[in-house]
Amino acid sequence: MPRLRLDVALTLLVLAVLALAPFIGLGANHYLTMFARMMILAAAAVSLSFLVGGAGLASLGHAAAMGVGAYAVAILDAHRLTDITIVLPVALAAAALFSLLTGAIAIRTEGVNFIMITLAFGQMAFFTASSLAAYGGDDGYTLYDRTEIFGSRLMENRIFFHYLCLGFLIFCWGLCAMLLASRFGRVLRAARENPLRTQAVGFAPYPFRLLAYVTAGTLAGLAGVLFANATEFVAPAYMGWQRSGELIFMVILGGLGRLSGAILGAVVFVLLETWLPSLTAHWKMIFGPLLILAVLFMRGGLIGFLGARRG
Amino acid sequence: MAEALLSVQGLCKHYGGLAVTNDVSLDVKPGEIHALIGPNGAGKTTLIHQITGTVAPDAGSVVFADKDITRFSLPRRVHAGLARSFQITSIIAGFSVLENVALAAQAKSGSSFRFFRAAHGEAALNEAAREALAEVGLADRAAIIAGALSHGEKRALEIAIALATQPRLLLLDEPLAGAGPEETERLITLLRRLKSRYAILLVEHDMQAVFALADRISVLAEGRIIATGSTTEIRASAEVRAAYLGEEEMPC
Repeated sequence: MPRLRLDVALTLLVLAVLALAPFIGLGANHYLTMFARMMILAAAAVSLSFLVGGAGLASLGHAAAMGVGAYAVAILDAHRLTDITIVLPVALAAAALFSLLTGAIAIRTEGVNFIMITLAFGQMAFFTASSLAAYGGDDGYTLYDRTEIFGSRLMENRIFFHYLCLGFLIFCWGLCAMLLASRFGRVLRAARENPLRTQAVGFAPYPFRLLAYVTAGTLAGLAGVLFANATEFVAPAYMGWQRSGELIFMVILGGLGRLSGAILGAVVFVLLETWLPSLTAHWKMIFGPLLILAVLFMRGGLIGFLGARRG
Repeated sequence: MAEALLSVQGLCKHYGGLAVTNDVSLDVKPGEIHALIGPNGAGKTTLIHQITGTVAPDAGSVVFADKDITRFSLPRRVHAGLARSFQITSIIAGFSVLENVALAAQAKSGSSFRFFRAAHGEAALNEAAREALAEVGLADRAAIIAGALSHGEKRALEIAIALATQPRLLLLDEPLAGAGPEETERLITLLRRLKSRYAILLVEHDMQAVFALADRISVLAEGRIIATGSTTEIRASAEVRAAYLGEEEMPC
């Protein structure tokens, strides 16, 4: 039997705790609210980790795709369209299309240029959302209703929503892991490490990268749908570069080389941002330096740190 | 005389006022090793780049297996049957030795837009990869990480990768560069064995190896082919001696 990797074991443990949360005294509303945020951001971070760590595409506009999914919910809600049979296809299509259009241009560039162009697209989405006066503009938009599932209001059931988010996180992790192991993923990984070599065996990386970009963006869009439902609110900040930066940070904090790192990174990030404000109002003065120290002294992220400890 | 497999006609490339490739024509026939030699700065690398598709020529054509591939991208040329190795070793260091070669086999075996099955479990790809590795004598190194190979082994791995793309012509850019004497010996034996099955265009600085392996030699100097002929003809050529004068000893 192959030995279970430490990072995977730890991630499974985290998922188990989340799965048991309602039964082990963590079922209070404020816990469930935090867990939902944690799981949704973790799912978005996993899709970003697939893109950055897997395909080598360091996007600084990943939140924009997430925001597109969230805004799909909000805009449909404003027109009293809240059933999942409409919301889900529209949100999926919007996020995929947004990723396809921006990716088709961005992937023609490399390195720092790619980072800058994805950042620029993200900010374009942010300012577009800010100008949508009918849907709250700068102030954001409060949903009338959570998305209905075939006419039922299941999403408002906190326990159901908890497990929906957990299921989505596991789905993202499994899907991205499967993709990276497949033929498709092998080409992505090869092109990340050595694009010239990859071309010299007969692969043009562009279509592979574009598909990876659209896949990650679509998953982020789905995370956005859940996020809008979790907060019952949508704002331009959901698309802003700060959120994209947070997602990147979760990926790096956990460990870039592994999808499970994104989950661990998101968990630690959300725990810190929940716990620190209870210590002091100036918690960001602690949070910021803490993040910098983590990056400086934990090369390879939490996973690298744990691995080094064990070794 | 056999029809040429690769035929380069009137290739020109200027960088500013400098003619780096100046009306170069050469061909490679099936089953022969055609060596390209020339002093440093003669324009070998630029010429190779134009043949493999990383640099577009200003004029001239590259015809491979009766197809004009002058405007083909590098990946398309590989699919047409033109495989290359690099002057500076280019492997995927983080992949296992086997996966490096399996990736090349994958390019030749159906679509790579497959998403569900784990690629490392595909027996057909692994089998093809093992065969290519056995060919270059790396069969027992398949499982290790490619970055951990010795320099000579990496050069051999590059050849295995090229073989796995099922090429008709191998373009080997200084395959012996940096290899130790023993490794050089092994690589020369390997190239001699491959010659019966593949046409080879060999760019190499090791003159001993060139004269031991080549059927024909072309000499490039200042962007032009100044001589093409058998090893004896090249040895005898006064022009070739002049081109090398003061740079390195002409061998033999």
